[in-house]
Amino acid sequence: MRITRVLGTALLALGLAAGPAAADSSPSASPSDDAPTEAGTSFRTATEIEQGQRATATGSTGDYLYWSFAADAGQRPTVRAKVKLPESHASQTWQIDVYDGLRRRQACQYGAQTRTVTQGASFVELACVLRTVRAWSEPWANDPLPGTYYIRLTAVGLPVSDLGLPIDAEVRVDSKDIGGAAAVDGSLAQPLTPGIAVTSGKPDGDDEDGKKPAVLSGIEPDGGWSSGWWSDRWVWTGAGGVLAALAGIGGYALTRGSGRPSRVPPGV
Amino acid sequence: MITRQRLAAGVCALLAALTAGLAFPAGAVADETDDRDAPKVELVLDVSGSMRTRDMDGESRMAAAKQAFNEVLDATPKEVRLGIRTLGANYPGDDRKEGCKDTELLYPVGPLDRTEAKAAVATLTPTGWTPIGPALLKAADDLEGGDGLRRIVLITDGEDTCQPLDPCEVAREIAAKGIGLTIDTLGLVPDAKTRDQLICIAEATGGTYTSVRHKEELSNRVGQLVDRAADPVVTPVAVKGATECADAPTLKSGLYTDRQGFGQQRWYRVDVDPGQELRASVSVAADRAVAPGYGLLVRAVTKSGREIVRGEAAGNGRTDVISTGLRYPKPESDEEDAPAETVCLQVVHSFSPAAGVKTTPGLPLELTVDVVDGPGTSRDVASFGLGRGWWLLGALVLTGFLAGLLWGWLSRWRIAVWRTN
Repeated sequence: MRITRVLGTALLALGLAAGPAAADSSPSASPSDDAPTEAGTSFRTATEIEQGQRATATGSTGDYLYWSFAADAGQRPTVRAKVKLPESHASQTWQIDVYDGLRRRQACQYGAQTRTVTQGASFVELACVLRTVRAWSEPWANDPLPGTYYIRLTAVGLPVSDLGLPIDAEVRVDSKDIGGAAAVDGSLAQPLTPGIAVTSGKPDGDDEDGKKPAVLSGIEPDGGWSSGWWSDRWVWTGAGGVLAALAGIGGYALTRGSGRPSRVPPGV
Repeated sequence: MITRQRLAAGVCALLAALTAGLAFPAGAVADETDDRDAPKVELVLDVSGSMRTRDMDGESRMAAAKQAFNEVLDATPKEVRLGIRTLGANYPGDDRKEGCKDTELLYPVGPLDRTEAKAAVATLTPTGWTPIGPALLKAADDLEGGDGLRRIVLITDGEDTCQPLDPCEVAREIAAKGIGLTIDTLGLVPDAKTRDQLICIAEATGGTYTSVRHKEELSNRVGQLVDRAADPVVTPVAVKGATECADAPTLKSGLYTDRQGFGQQRWYRVDVDPGQELRASVSVAADRAVAPGYGLLVRAVTKSGREIVRGEAAGNGRTDVISTGLRYPKPESDEEDAPAETVCLQVVHSFSPAAGVKTTPGLPLELTVDVVDGPGTSRDVASFGLGRGWWLLGALVLTGFLAGLLWGWLSRWRIAVWRTN
């Protein structure tokens, strides 16, 4: 992964066309068989999903459905949700909210985060494009940071008579790799994953009776969290240095002219 | 990922069971630890007279419920301790007082014997009143003990007929005990009043409400709710926040719950060593009807009252919870053995109750505290201060070229000077 990214960004920086495909880390996997078919009903019980996975769930109108996913630095996640509505219903407003690992609400840059459907519509589609996840930000800022993200899907506006009717929901998270343009200095010592102080203190793995201990959040991106030192800025800066050296030689050569000056007699 | 984990856990469980079986042929030890945090579910079924109505795909509501129970009992996960309680199953008379006491534990909460449970369900015939409130109280008692998740699934077709004990108030009181009990409600072809009552019960405990009109929906939903109970969840620790920082309880990393009344503030304290980062997130749940428009403020304050950082959230419209968080990286100290700093966390919410809604007990508050090592620092906007982009390349090339020219001219001039001398 790392190597493809390094190679990809290197090629990109040198202006070859092979770059983008390799640099895009978002998996384009088709819905797999092991995708979750349930959703949680609170932050604590949120169902963990992977990026690129199509997770489904059944529920009732009025339920608050929660999923969580991991996003790493340099990614710009897009959350998409589709809800199949009951056969007959009045006009309803649906919404997805995305929260970060500190349960702070994260703004959507664009996408139909809230949508009102007319009476009898059969489905509603929602989308939210988050800001790019940064490796570090000041504690006073609300920037997205590497860690767990929560999706909450619910109907925010509906008549009481429509509560409790069956619905089918599906969500999917994909990320665009923004790369070096979003590479900031610094990094978090630990990703913004709730309960990490409790889980990282314990030895990894199962407890003595073989059961997985319950954790607030146990998801990691594919290939683990990035260490944060690599970005394509190294390639740009390195290439810039080489080009500057070449230009320097060129400039020097220009002042010397080509070969030996004609005025200088042989043998000097 | 999850499946893989489950698979691994399953294999480990199998190995553990095998070794336990070898070491202790009776296998009692493994069972004991299991039982303490086994999730417990109680199905509370309305067996009142109205369940005779034949409007569930041509069958009576009771028949549909029985069929759903049979399916659910077959599919109940092994680790779930399941119980069944009925209401209105025995007293057919007209005496309200007697009718409202009519709730019976049909199958006690414990390891499931499917045949026995099914046999018990088969005996039910729709009979009496609908004492939802008393049944919920009893059900909460049935589920007492242990550290596992607790869940009541209430299936009814009519509103409570035993006022003035409002089942919604009962549910809120049960939730306020802080034992982490959720009540999910299912209304069978509910009328408006039943629906409102069931929604209120579900809301009060963070549960869900479903309206059921078809047989299949009933068994699917009950099965889903029982399965949900089997998922392991972190149980929060009950804590009581103070009205000012000086009296506040000191918290370590973990998950906590509290109750916060309307217009109140809650204070907690956390000790943060130099070089550690404090992360706190707070959620306040709206477990009853609240006015649209609400907010939440969490502040990290020093002992002397200076605000370090705050987290704010505001919202509007229907919601289950409002939440926000903050983080405070405390820089490394040059001194040896620098003392830990006591950070006071203040929580204020601005929910206001809708008209006619009781204000006690307070709203449920959930607090996650994480104190992690090593706050990250940043010395530059860009990663390691490196550059990027065509402007950077252009600037570097131009600078290099100019430097080359200059160097060339300088050396020519030096040679010229040397030659003239």
